[in-house]
Amino acid sequence: MRTLKMKIQDDVLAGLIDINSKVLDVGCGDGNLLLYLKRNKRIDGRGLEINQKNVQECLAKGLAVVEGDAEKDLVNYPNQSFDIAILNQAIQQFYEPRKVLNELLRIAKQAIITIPNFGYWKVRLNLLVTGTMPVTKTLPHSWYDTPNLHMSSIKDFYNLCSLDNINVIKSISISSNKISDITSNNLEIKNLVSELGVFVVSK
Amino acid sequence: MNIDYSKVKKITINAPLKLDCGETLEKFDIAYETYGNLDETKSNAILVFHALSGDQFVTGTNNVTGREGWWNQVVGSGLPIDTDKYFVICANVLGGCMGSTGPKEINPKTNKPYGLDFPVITIKDMVGAQTHLLDFLGIKKTLSVLGGSMGGMQALQFCSLYPERTFSSVPIACAASHSAQNIAFNELARQAIMADPNWDSGNYFLSGKVPRNGLAVARMAGHISYLSEQGLQSRFGRKLQEGDGLNFSFDADFQVESYLKYQGYAFVDRFDANSYLYITRAMDYFDLYKLNNGDLSKAFKNTNVKFCIISFSTDWLYTTEESKKIVIALNSIGAQVSFVNIVTNNGHDSFLVNEPEFFQTLKGFLDSTYEDFKNENSR
Repeated sequence: MRTLKMKIQDDVLAGLIDINSKVLDVGCGDGNLLLYLKRNKRIDGRGLEINQKNVQECLAKGLAVVEGDAEKDLVNYPNQSFDIAILNQAIQQFYEPRKVLNELLRIAKQAIITIPNFGYWKVRLNLLVTGTMPVTKTLPHSWYDTPNLHMSSIKDFYNLCSLDNINVIKSISISSNKISDITSNNLEIKNLVSELGVFVVSK
Repeated sequence: MNIDYSKVKKITINAPLKLDCGETLEKFDIAYETYGNLDETKSNAILVFHALSGDQFVTGTNNVTGREGWWNQVVGSGLPIDTDKYFVICANVLGGCMGSTGPKEINPKTNKPYGLDFPVITIKDMVGAQTHLLDFLGIKKTLSVLGGSMGGMQALQFCSLYPERTFSSVPIACAASHSAQNIAFNELARQAIMADPNWDSGNYFLSGKVPRNGLAVARMAGHISYLSEQGLQSRFGRKLQEGDGLNFSFDADFQVESYLKYQGYAFVDRFDANSYLYITRAMDYFDLYKLNNGDLSKAFKNTNVKFCIISFSTDWLYTTEESKKIVIALNSIGAQVSFVNIVTNNGHDSFLVNEPEFFQTLKGFLDSTYEDFKNENSR
């Protein structure tokens, strides 16, 4: 069975990436997305990954991946050296997500950011009813051991983009079975019904 | 110890080799070993470069010294560099003392050993010489060129000079230039050798008296720099050689002293003191930054080589930071570069000892790269 994450990778993210583009996957994990894009979109891919076991898996898959910490190491990548930078469900784990976002747009012409949506109704309800930090399918950790330092809603992310003059070229709502576009007109409702938000942004 | 060099396999290259220093070797010998078999598409050749004290006997038994190959844990059947799968080549470096042309060999002009008449050689000269071996073996393009320490420097230099001759490279525990600290350690070693009266300005082959003490001290200094502070402490601490009392003498009271002495004097039987001078000098002169006007990325401009840079966390001779500089330079030109920093207590020597995470990284990279290279060659 394909997990939600795989579904997003194969169906949504791949659809946003042009054939033969040069892609940097920040926090590329075990490299499955990069490998999928290499095979299906013939991308020239690179990865940056903090976990050494993951890097080893990437190397065994023939991917070019550097062990490193995006918050420290993105500074070493030249301006506009990639077509696309991907940050898949990782922006909330950085100390300075805003800085990382802007770095990605310095390095790449476009960035694809996916976020677990804290505005999702089940998350809101969970907090409202239980009075404790929400634990859901996309946010499976307890507050004391979560890697997520900066949770945001889809609306929060929109607001940050407008604050930093970042263009949202496309945004997509994902909830268990449905994939749909987010527009400024349906933002409020999509912020309620989406488990995940996918954003294609540029500067 | 009597060493029988007649068992060394070598080729004589009858083509002049123009050296960095301006001199030319009219002809030269390359002593080498190979392991495994070359496959049909010639996609599985791996050129291994040895480090300062190494030689061409990478694995199995060194049939000259009777010692184990220096990379016995890495190269062999079923090992990370699997000789059932890959054709592994290793040459003794120019200036070395295991059969390749060096200060110990006969100078054709005088019919005596070169001694200090041997020209000062560089890492560039070393790799230049080894391309002749690849030609001899009929290999246009290797799957990988790799090595640790000075072997890693040779790999970097090879990729800079001959990017079309290798598909990938794994520079391990190395740097793109020798730091002041590295030069200082090498100078300490050279001064120890030259301070030994037996050294006789490099002419010890005339008297037959080997500068054993000088070379042993040089090796001891090296050994300290190859280990980490934590590694030395956990292995030896203040453990005494015998009993639990001090001897109130200058014999080896502590185990660490005994270890160093053993390492130092075991070395003198198999290594030539003048070679040690020449090879350390070549390392000191290595500076890919300077060769490229300070911009390391220019050393690899337009490269298609797939790089996997590996460093070790407690290596204070060739630090993780030095490796990262190489990664950054390669990244800045969009090269295909991977990087792993292995966390370990084993210091610079990590690449020579049992280091499972290092083995796994190396194996994963080589095996996947081999598939890519085979595909390229079958197209």
